[in-house]
Amino acid sequence: MNCSELVELVTDYLEGSMPAEQRARFDEHVSGCDGCTTYLEQFRITIRLTGMLSEAQVEPATRETLLGVFRDWRASA
Amino acid sequence: MSDTPSGAATEQDLALVRALRAGDETAFMMLVERYQPAMLRIASMYVSTRAVAEDVVQDAWVGVLKGLDGFEGRSSLRTWIFRILVNTAKTRGQREARSVPFSSVWAAEPDVEPSVDPDRFLSLGHPGSPGRWAEPPVGWASTPEELLLSKETLAEVSRAIDALPPNQREVITMRDVLGWTSADVRNALDISETNQRVLLHRARAKVRRALEGYLGSGRERTS
Repeated sequence: MNCSELVELVTDYLEGSMPAEQRARFDEHVSGCDGCTTYLEQFRITIRLTGMLSEAQVEPATRETLLGVFRDWRASA
Repeated sequence: MSDTPSGAATEQDLALVRALRAGDETAFMMLVERYQPAMLRIASMYVSTRAVAEDVVQDAWVGVLKGLDGFEGRSSLRTWIFRILVNTAKTRGQREARSVPFSSVWAAEPDVEPSVDPDRFLSLGHPGSPGRWAEPPVGWASTPEELLLSKETLAEVSRAIDALPPNQREVITMRDVLGWTSADVRNALDISETNQRVLLHRARAKVRRALEGYLGSGRERTS
């Protein structure tokens, strides 16, 4: 496994969807390669930053609207 | 998002559906709190404005309520709700004539663009170390935490995701923004495990490239 091959396999690796033998070669390569160690680390950081985009709050106006939707549905059911 | 990653409805799902059918508005508002933000984010991928996305989500809720009697518990309640949402959003997006034909996108071969610019590796004919980094990435460890976690960096991530092909954008949004499992995504989008993983990898690789360009520690262009 060389570096240009490894960068295509990072998601397979992180998903745990690699055969054990391939996984062992991946680990072995990374442990001896600074560039791929950095690449793997950047991939993990990328995933973490993407996870920070999530928004959480429901707007009060939306809540009111949807409550109305529910009551209309209940009244017509 | 750990509830019923795959498979059939849980007891809790069935109890919720019974409560909704009985007209329990607390149960409904609990579902709204739980899913509305994710629904809005997903709807936004298919239509042009936030206002239309909000409208789509509202329509999807109406569809959920009207469909309750047909909910048989073969999938989890969440999977069922998000399928209704995705269908509603796609239909609206097509009506807006802005969207791509999704079915043909899904049927298409996954693209084969490399994760990293091939110029950054030694050629495969290189006598000593074929395919080895010629220009390895520079770690972000020296990037100040304030910059790495800044609003601007997150805006860059957001822009990179917006620029992805729709099928990649759907998968990375569900997996990495919303934190769903791969089974959740396969169920919501009706795609194979392999296709899901390939799309996710392409998407993540492009976001990483964009970050590398933005953080100024690589020579790849991000466009």
